[in-house]
Amino acid sequence: MALDKEILLEVKNLVRIFGSGKSAVKAVDNVSFSIRKGEILSLLGESGSGKTTTARLILKLLPLTEGKIIFKNRDITHLNNRRSLLEYWREVQAIFQDPFSSFNSFYSVKRVLNNVFRLIKDDIFKEDREEKIKESLLNVGLNPEEVLNKRPYELSGGQRQRIMLARILIIKPSLLIADEPTSMIDASSRAGILNLLLDLRGKYGMSIMFITHDMGLAYYTSDTLLIMNNGKIVESGDAEKIIENPKDSYTVRLLSDVPVLYRKWEL
Amino acid sequence: MENLLTANQLKAYYRTVQGEEVKAVDDVFLEVKEGEVLGIAGESGCGKSTLASVLSFTILPPLYLIDGEVIVDSHNIFILDKETLRREIKGRYISIVPQGAMNSLNPTSRIKNFVIDVLKEHFPDITKEEALKRARERFEALSLPARILDAYPHQLSGGMKQRTVTVISTLLNPSVLIADEPTSALDVSSQKIVIKLFVELLKRNIIKSIVFITHELLLLRHFADRIAIMYAGKIIELGPMEEVIFSPLHPYTKLLISSILVPEAGMKEKKIDAIPGVPPDLKNPPSGCRFHPRCPSYMKGVCEKISPNLVDITQEHKVSCFLYGGKDGT
Repeated sequence: MALDKEILLEVKNLVRIFGSGKSAVKAVDNVSFSIRKGEILSLLGESGSGKTTTARLILKLLPLTEGKIIFKNRDITHLNNRRSLLEYWREVQAIFQDPFSSFNSFYSVKRVLNNVFRLIKDDIFKEDREEKIKESLLNVGLNPEEVLNKRPYELSGGQRQRIMLARILIIKPSLLIADEPTSMIDASSRAGILNLLLDLRGKYGMSIMFITHDMGLAYYTSDTLLIMNNGKIVESGDAEKIIENPKDSYTVRLLSDVPVLYRKWEL
Repeated sequence: MENLLTANQLKAYYRTVQGEEVKAVDDVFLEVKEGEVLGIAGESGCGKSTLASVLSFTILPPLYLIDGEVIVDSHNIFILDKETLRREIKGRYISIVPQGAMNSLNPTSRIKNFVIDVLKEHFPDITKEEALKRARERFEALSLPARILDAYPHQLSGGMKQRTVTVISTLLNPSVLIADEPTSALDVSSQKIVIKLFVELLKRNIIKSIVFITHELLLLRHFADRIAIMYAGKIIELGPMEEVIFSPLHPYTKLLISSILVPEAGMKEKKIDAIPGVPPDLKNPPSGCRFHPRCPSYMKGVCEKISPNLVDITQEHKVSCFLYGGKDGT
């Protein structure tokens, strides 16, 4: 797919330090990159590399120490009042690794999805809302009659993640941050979730940023890869090129540790 | 080659308070040969961890053994009394590295206390010094720093904890080591280090064979000799690694293999497909072949009526699917 040249989000010299003095940890260290409209990119790294912190900074769930975030040509680094944050979250949404903790266990699926309308512009009639909810559930391969009155614990991991995606379909943000969306889901349903995510770009031109440690997933889904180690981006660029010809020594090591199909490990 | 462990017609069910039965392991037959790594793969809820508990005889209610035998060193371990089993069989013939070894260590106690406990259980006369000496030698032989023994679990990384538990589980040189998802909580680099430790244990003859249980088929591709695929409590395909990975027979295995994502050239053009439907509820598994509601090669009138047996395709490769015969019960 030909990519739009238009830049959707840009982060410049992002820094986040946890703690202070001797125990200070630079979780995100001078990170800069940009996401174009309709682009799918993956932020790859091992546990503790700072990738989730980066995602939280972009989502404005965590204040940053230094740096700049520019979204649709607007500096949103210091966005802090609730109204403008809500407006930002209409455009930038996320799905997380554990879809169980993303839900309130006391709410039914219907209520979770109905709450979405509190975020998006609220001029939709009640009947239309219901219609929209059903449509989005069908789109993610769930039967509305079957799931609407269920609570999260009555659903499987794959189903819960699909409900999160149905939520995304109602909101239609311009950027979706998917933090390890399939790492708790079995191989057989993983493909379904990934293909649904890829459809979001195909149908709505959504940009997606995967946060993952799964090289295979990143390569399958993404145009661009960003490899992160110790809070820094050590290599970035076209997914194909990085996988075929990694430059940075860390990327080389990471790639050699990933089990692949055709080249057998030396043990 | 000699069988180190043979499991026949194993049936292990969970009993719920409501009186329902969850058939987590249903009629499983397995042989573990000397010197081999046998991989068991399947999705979550297919019964693979239950099989690990049964094989290592760590069965606790609500799990009950319904039928079958596990033969180790010509003993059927299910008829031995508990005391003999605990002192003579567990740890010496069979040992288990459980899922999430991080949780098998006492957070308030140093690693060495755990080591002493393990050795005292089997050799009541051993002194603390002797026990520690044995452990220290073993750690060093496997190039793990012996200072780990003085550490508390929280001072070790995930990969280190997993390796520590593995070394402790094999202190008594068990013939068969059962490893239940030992690497699933680790990132790729620590994962490889743990796998290397397993291979080292085999090379040094500390253990004679490994049963490696995982949901990640790709890992098995790199160090298993044979692979068994489990679905809904049954083994549906069993064969040499190369054949199962590169020329799978069962429709379920085929789908599993085709949904593997790897960073290798050519992967991007591939369109992966999901397996339709969800794994069945084992309280009430589908009739006939348990995969038939999701199967792309479903044959009406056959698959939902009779349950296929594991049939030999070659001497080594077995599959339970009517596509490969057995419709008339042969």
